[in-house]
Amino acid sequence: MATAAQNSLKLLGRSPWSARFGMLVILIYVATALGAPLIAPYGETEIVGIEYEPWNAVYPLGTDSLGRDMLSRIIYGARNTVGVAFATTMLAFLIGSIAGLLAATLRGWADQVLSRVVDVMMAIPPLVFALLILTIVGTNLINMILVIAVLDSTRVFRLTRAVAMNVVVMDFVEAARLRGEGLWWIMRREILPNISAPLAAEFGLRFCFVFLTISALSFLGLGLQPPTADWGSMVRDNATLISYGDITPVIPAAAIALLTVAINFVVDWFLHETSGLKE
Amino acid sequence: MGPILKMVAQRLALGLLTLFIVSLIIFLSVEMLPGDITEAILGQGATPETVAAFRRELGLDVPAHLRYLAWLGDIAQGDLGRSLASKRDIAELIGGRLMNTLFLASFAAIIAVPLAVTLGLLAALYRNSWFDRGINLVTLSSISFPEFFIAYALIFLFAVQWDWFPSIVNVNSDTPFWERVYRCILPAVTLTMVTTAHMMRMTRAAIINLMASPYIEMASLKGLTRSRIIVRHALPNALSPIINVIAINLAYLVVGVVLVEVVFVYPGLGQLMIDSVSKRDIPVVQAACLIFAVTYILLNLLADILSILSNPRLLHPR
Repeated sequence: MATAAQNSLKLLGRSPWSARFGMLVILIYVATALGAPLIAPYGETEIVGIEYEPWNAVYPLGTDSLGRDMLSRIIYGARNTVGVAFATTMLAFLIGSIAGLLAATLRGWADQVLSRVVDVMMAIPPLVFALLILTIVGTNLINMILVIAVLDSTRVFRLTRAVAMNVVVMDFVEAARLRGEGLWWIMRREILPNISAPLAAEFGLRFCFVFLTISALSFLGLGLQPPTADWGSMVRDNATLISYGDITPVIPAAAIALLTVAINFVVDWFLHETSGLKE
Repeated sequence: MGPILKMVAQRLALGLLTLFIVSLIIFLSVEMLPGDITEAILGQGATPETVAAFRRELGLDVPAHLRYLAWLGDIAQGDLGRSLASKRDIAELIGGRLMNTLFLASFAAIIAVPLAVTLGLLAALYRNSWFDRGINLVTLSSISFPEFFIAYALIFLFAVQWDWFPSIVNVNSDTPFWERVYRCILPAVTLTMVTTAHMMRMTRAAIINLMASPYIEMASLKGLTRSRIIVRHALPNALSPIINVIAINLAYLVVGVVLVEVVFVYPGLGQLMIDSVSKRDIPVVQAACLIFAVTYILLNLLADILSILSNPRLLHPR
């Protein structure tokens, strides 16, 4: 265990500045999300002043269209937007990786059925599919999480199935089969540990994608619903300020952009290290 | 040419099958509604008589498979049905907007494709130089930006600070062509920034991948210049993945247009679709979905077929 920790420390020491910057940003976001009530000067939905107040000492980033403190809402947004995106990605991975492992381990018709269903789902553009389903089932948080998680699990399925296929043919899996281990044991104890590196990298990329999709839906008014503080809808609600030369509405959008860039930096470095692709 | 024709025919058949299944999904998604579409629209308080009348109006008293065939037949004849909200003919509602969306998407594609291929070639040519690293950093960032961030940042700089271009893109069928181009510059640049990065990275990767082949080493041992090797020797063989990624990105462009249209209040199909989603105007959403999905599938199909056709190993079978 000690050597594993030492190894990861050594790896961290060799990391380029872009990956370090990425990790720092992610840490700051996580801290903000966890400690939102402690950091934010005002409450999430508290109306503290008049509408559209400019930047001043009391409200560092001014107030929004209803007179709520922008800074506080941006801080709470870290908790809501990132939290929802994280939960959705976890769900997508749960569905996608289990289905992918099942397809790779069982082969045969189970693989055929799952793969063909995924083919069709991937043929429809995800945003359009999400909009169609949300029109029908109605726009609320749970529906949105489910729809995006299911749509995104198709990409996870493809990757999991592809990398698991290479592991399934190994001798130790055959040995486990002959030992009489169950399907669940083989999937979780024999295959999963051997495909965790590509899955971890994919988690970062999938999270970015889910995060961008959810922000886009919220921006369109179809994602997280008011009065929840959320970066996508904050851009939409205060967009009129831009035509007066006020950059406040761009700040939540920049917060989204910064996090996705940071994650991409870390994933890029992680892939570089684990794939052994040293150009 | 035998095997190649067979492969293309297989892809075409698969594409048609996908189109059929997708149309079925779009049609059936309404059937999956818990309860009934009439209740969702009329609300809980509707009397049984109004519900029955409304069901007849929508044709819901006919079995689903017959309605599907009728729906598909109508669409094949250009009849997309009527909007629930405005009672207008959907084909009429969509017609002009579809042209606007296609105009914006092609405008962006005309800038993005040559730009991406050139940048990708240059990055491969000056590989691991400051130019390559700079491009890598910029593209990695712009892939991860949300479209509306780029759009608002551009509006802030070019429409508000400097007042060069309009922030709201107002075009109609009477707008002259160059006026239209001028007004569409900001949304087109937004779309270009989002799609160029991916295409450029794939071009670079495809070329670099080939640079390790023995025939490239031979060319460089002959004393050819690096740029000649890349353009004349590596590029033709890298064409297949590059064409593939371009078509896939064009498909993405057609869908990515939705958000950009909303930001710039552009009168396109995406804007109409978003409006209809919030009004729960299901026939319009279905029609828009079908158009987006069909374009997306056809472009992906084109990507598949073109990458088969442009693969030299398949074109000259031994």
